[in-house]
Amino acid sequence: MYSHLLPEFVVERREDRCIRCRACERQCPNGVHVYDSDLDTMFSLEENCVGCQRCAVICPTNALSVRHHPAEYRKNSSWTRDRFQNLKKQAETGGVVLTGSGNDKSYRIYWDHLVLNASQVTNPSIDPLREPMELKTFIGRKPDTLKINMEDGEPRVESELHPNLELETPIVFSAMSYGAISYRAYKSLARAAKESGTLFNTGEGGLPAEMRAEFGSNAVVQCASGRFGVDKDYLNSAAMLEIKIGQGAKPGIGGHLPGEKVAEHIAVTRMIPRGTDALSPAPQHDIYSIEDLSMLIYALKEATNYEKPVSVKVAAVHNVAAIASGIVRAGADIVAIDGLRGGTGAAPLATRDNVGIPMELALAAVDKRLRDEGIRNKCSILAASGIRCSSDVIKAIALGADAVYIGTAALVAMGCTLCQKCYTGKCAWGICTQDPYLVKRLNPEISTQRLVNLLSGWSHEIKEMLGGMGINAVESLRGNREHLRGIGLQEWELNTLGVKGAGE
Amino acid sequence: MNELNLKFGFRDNFLEGVRQPEELEQFVKTCGQQAEIDAQNLRHKEINDLIRDTAKRQIKHIILRNVCGHRYIGTRLSNSEGETVKIDVYNYAGNDLGVFLDGHHINVYGNAQDGVGNTMNSGEIVVHGKAADVAAMSMRGGKVFIRDNVGYRAAIHMKEYKDKVPVLVIGGTAQDFFGEYMAGGKVILLGLNLKEGEMHRANYIGTGMHGGVIYLRGNVKDSQLGKEVGIRPLDEEDKEIVEKYVKEYCSHFNCDPGEILNSEFKKLLPVSSRPYGKIYAY
Repeated sequence: MYSHLLPEFVVERREDRCIRCRACERQCPNGVHVYDSDLDTMFSLEENCVGCQRCAVICPTNALSVRHHPAEYRKNSSWTRDRFQNLKKQAETGGVVLTGSGNDKSYRIYWDHLVLNASQVTNPSIDPLREPMELKTFIGRKPDTLKINMEDGEPRVESELHPNLELETPIVFSAMSYGAISYRAYKSLARAAKESGTLFNTGEGGLPAEMRAEFGSNAVVQCASGRFGVDKDYLNSAAMLEIKIGQGAKPGIGGHLPGEKVAEHIAVTRMIPRGTDALSPAPQHDIYSIEDLSMLIYALKEATNYEKPVSVKVAAVHNVAAIASGIVRAGADIVAIDGLRGGTGAAPLATRDNVGIPMELALAAVDKRLRDEGIRNKCSILAASGIRCSSDVIKAIALGADAVYIGTAALVAMGCTLCQKCYTGKCAWGICTQDPYLVKRLNPEISTQRLVNLLSGWSHEIKEMLGGMGINAVESLRGNREHLRGIGLQEWELNTLGVKGAGE
Repeated sequence: MNELNLKFGFRDNFLEGVRQPEELEQFVKTCGQQAEIDAQNLRHKEINDLIRDTAKRQIKHIILRNVCGHRYIGTRLSNSEGETVKIDVYNYAGNDLGVFLDGHHINVYGNAQDGVGNTMNSGEIVVHGKAADVAAMSMRGGKVFIRDNVGYRAAIHMKEYKDKVPVLVIGGTAQDFFGEYMAGGKVILLGLNLKEGEMHRANYIGTGMHGGVIYLRGNVKDSQLGKEVGIRPLDEEDKEIVEKYVKEYCSHFNCDPGEILNSEFKKLLPVSSRPYGKIYAY
């Protein structure tokens, strides 16, 4: 334990309510709550507390509250408490400070500075409860022109069509690998995707063989720098393939799944020995250029007989628009952009908090660039990072996304409280852990239902907002920035986003 | 193509102008269980279409003539019935030869380019010549024999699981980052073309290595090795392994195993299965 740190949280126990049931003691994976039988008293080791709120929620008498610790250093705008604590940790260990989940710093969240339009007088709004409203989304390359011939009074499409996937709602679960999250959490995502007619993403940890027949048609399988569990059967079992170049939470760096997390079933899924670190190099070593990327895209298409769309996922970085153009020209059917606030199971804090650009700006820039070059139809855009609610989804679509990836939101639906300790493998909610005692806390039936509910709730809200704008298909909103206005943004921001200021 | 595509020059170099397999029958000559394909005027996808269609007709031996940089040879062949195909490639196989290869046998009578056996699952690739960069990258099973040298980053991130252990044997020498990030598998570097007393040239051998083993014939300085690698002498088990694969190498390329096995080998091993376990502050 660290010697010079202030506790981050204070655990307050109302003695008049505590019935010494010791549920908190059993539930806390960090050993915060301790029972002394001689004194018949519960004690708290606050320095271990990560603020996950598991105990507070479980406590049957609501005796517990966990709050930020009131202890403070002298006020200093430059030396914030976080900086103090992290520096002290490094002084003690010489290590790289790790963190989990997405960037929590106060970079501008553009969703909160964009507002949507609605119909008033000049065109009627639509009530989705009584009129058809289409959220169906097709992901993949579209033809340049659509040639239709009539044969015996029946229309026939003559143009060559590319493989596309049909989604019931433009929301896809983003990449979370089996290994980073527990089998139950992983399977909940798969089941919810199947039930809701959308996709889940295996991340780069492989797709367990026993899940392939049932969930393959809803799976996006990744081919990343570690190439874990990648073989022809894995690729062919999926609906879509994704080459992972980068991740919003840690652009430019690889990943280390610690050996402790590589249990037997994870080892066989990733095809590496049990207990060894699963190291993902920073780049894919067969991709050092757009030409090399093209080589892997077509290698994947060859391996799957040109039957599946191939996505390329990149982190949003400075030249993302030019990079996206290169990706499309390299032959990708989908470009996935992961922004500054994208989540992770583990990343160096310095990278997570300082590298990359906000997805909203990247998305608008990519959409504009591809339109300007006349190649927007050649790919679908999947936008990832920081999507918190249905209005974020609809704003992303108006900025040019075909669909969005949600990761953190899905985890929160399953129980996550963003304590940011994913990398410790001690998730009290049974999501981001492989500890057999902890994983049992996640009931797969219940978490599947929660995810299905989330998608259905968001989908209803999206329909309501579309109807309000007088639009009856999400297709008509895609890239339609006339339906957005900016508030409190500077001119360069409005220009990059391609939206007018409110009132204009 | 629409007008905008013309304006901005969008070209799909890979798929544009690709002909349907029906139009390509003239390039295939079948003779019993054997077929010969002339690759001279074929595109990447066309040759692979023909290989797949030929293999579907129960032909077990396919000879490719005039290959010159054609990519992904053997990749599209499935192995669902466990029936494997033998492919002979004359002369120069292109990038990603046998990427994701599943059980088939490929002989290249000439050189191969980048990515030989990339993420290969099972089967065998024998190159009667040299191979360029990232040979056997992320290979997970099967065997690759390269008669001469390989380029940079050979055997990078090879991995193994239980009895599925990939093997790479290189007759010549290798360039930098040889065996980088290796997580499993067996790699034998013979250095047959090195002169008496000449060192292997690769630097950063086995950087980030955390599994598998490299058997190296010839000499390297400690400074050529990555931090995560240690040198050990061979034990009896190692000697058996080396003997087995050197003999296989020699049977492919017609050379004398006795002479090769008489020289001294070194065994390069990762010093830890968790090289980066201690760099973090939790």
